[in-house]
Amino acid sequence: MSSAIVATGKKKLNIYKKEAAFGYLLISPWLIGFLCFMLAPLVGVILISFMRWDLITSPHWVGIENYKKLFQDPLFWQSLKVTLIYAAGRVPLGILTALVTALLLNQKVKFIGFWRVVYYMPVVLPPVAISLIWMWIYNGQYGVINSIIHGLFGIQGPQWLNDPVLVLPALMVMAVWSAAGRNMIIYLSGLQGISNELYEAAIIDGASSWTRFWKITLPMLTPVIFFHMVTGMIETFQLFTQAYVMTEGGPNNASLFFNYYLYQKGFQQYQMGYAAAMSWVIFLLIVGLTLLIFRSSKAWVYYEAEVK
Amino acid sequence: METAIDLKQIQARQLFLKLSMRVFIYAMLILGALFIFIPFGWTLSTALKTDQQVLAYPPVWIPSPVVWENFVKALTIRPFHIYYFNTFLIAFICVTAQVLSSSLVAYGFARFRFPGRNLLFFVLLSTMMLPSNLLLVPRFILFKTLGWLDTFLPLTIPHFFGSAFSIFLMRQYLMGIPLELDEAAKIDGAGPLRVYSSIIFPLVRPALGAIAVFEFVSVWRDFMGPLIYLSSEKHYTVSLGLAAFKSEFFTEWNLFMAAAVVAMLPPLIVFFIAQKYFISGASLTGSGASKG
Repeated sequence: MSSAIVATGKKKLNIYKKEAAFGYLLISPWLIGFLCFMLAPLVGVILISFMRWDLITSPHWVGIENYKKLFQDPLFWQSLKVTLIYAAGRVPLGILTALVTALLLNQKVKFIGFWRVVYYMPVVLPPVAISLIWMWIYNGQYGVINSIIHGLFGIQGPQWLNDPVLVLPALMVMAVWSAAGRNMIIYLSGLQGISNELYEAAIIDGASSWTRFWKITLPMLTPVIFFHMVTGMIETFQLFTQAYVMTEGGPNNASLFFNYYLYQKGFQQYQMGYAAAMSWVIFLLIVGLTLLIFRSSKAWVYYEAEVK
Repeated sequence: METAIDLKQIQARQLFLKLSMRVFIYAMLILGALFIFIPFGWTLSTALKTDQQVLAYPPVWIPSPVVWENFVKALTIRPFHIYYFNTFLIAFICVTAQVLSSSLVAYGFARFRFPGRNLLFFVLLSTMMLPSNLLLVPRFILFKTLGWLDTFLPLTIPHFFGSAFSIFLMRQYLMGIPLELDEAAKIDGAGPLRVYSSIIFPLVRPALGAIAVFEFVSVWRDFMGPLIYLSSEKHYTVSLGLAAFKSEFFTEWNLFMAAAVVAMLPPLIVFFIAQKYFISGASLTGSGASKG
């Protein structure tokens, strides 16, 4: 009797072991990929940041020299400034447009599928093609925007991409054009997750539609806004194609985005150690900013689960 | 009597408010759609213009004559057929690899119990937050050491290990499939792979489709990867060819726009065929991630 229990116990244990082994086997592709293409490079980037290495001659250990040089490099600070200014404009602008579009599409409008497709369309296009198109739109002499300005006011419009003040706003508008659809979808799903009962209760209490928006819709969307803020910031630090194709960091380094400067240092000037130090600094900066947003989120992000 | 008139007035006012709200909503939607469409229209119109008309002032929207030859010229002036072949080849390999690996890994995470599973899944999710440029330098050095530079290997091999995004999407989908189905098959003596191939696989096809579509478009959009890893022109992708084309022919806007139109076509076609997956897939990740 007791031996039978032990036997089934063992059998059960074996089943668990087998299940675990099979689970590990199934996830092993990701695990191997993570170790080889993420964890190892992640460690590598720290080591390389302490070296001087042009990839041709053998690497030199230089200690913290790269970091020292980095913090004394005015172009590094410029690239940081450009990226942060861009993020400070682009992220709120993105949140606003996506929210407004999602609110519009959450009404009972006709041909809802059509509208969604239209707004989402630019999201799938190759950034190089988008960059070419917008270069042409912003063209100082023959671009469509300046032609409209000339037609309406009879004056010559600005050189959008060649003006240090206007280049970042111009790129922000283009970014909104290409990403509004993707973010709109995320807000839309957030909107549809808000239960109707809340609105019904508010209507009974006599709340106007404006109050309902401020007291229900917006608070319920804060997790989505929070998500958008974090991903939007990370995206800004990855921005590359626009700088490469449209402005080459110009005019006068006014669009020297962080990632473009990193590319110049690492892959054009072959200063791998310097580029690695840059990556590392940016990683810490992103972690810091994310933590900051996370911290602040306690004050303004509303999670339903917490209340229950 | 008087109150009845008031009621009618109130009703009329409400109707008026409702109507003007409608008008406002549609006006905004149309304005937004114009904002989306004008760049496309301008691109297509430029692609079909003569050199003189491109620089005409004030600008013309309808090209006359319509120069279809711009497309032929743009695509033959540089070997775009090679760029297209390369991009399709890379996309094909990546899509196949991604669908296979991500679905198996997601199956492992969704259906099997093993020590450390939740921790590993958390690690997987957190890699989504990792800025990819952090790994640019060491990955480049890794691929150089392996002798993979100027081959398609750096652009394809990493996709055989699944991506956090696809695995997450797939796992979300798998969690929605009742466990009883697996149990029933197991009782009938089916092994885990058998359960996967005959029960799970047919049910998750929509999610696999979504992953395939997302993967195709992301490979097609990639620019920095090819720029860093590929050097000889016979290996160029469409994006790379387009950027090189721009620096070579500096002012021939009609040719750029023709090339840009053709470069946009494959992802646009895929998008229109699969837009249902796209839009539901994007919302799935949005809501899932925002709840995390």
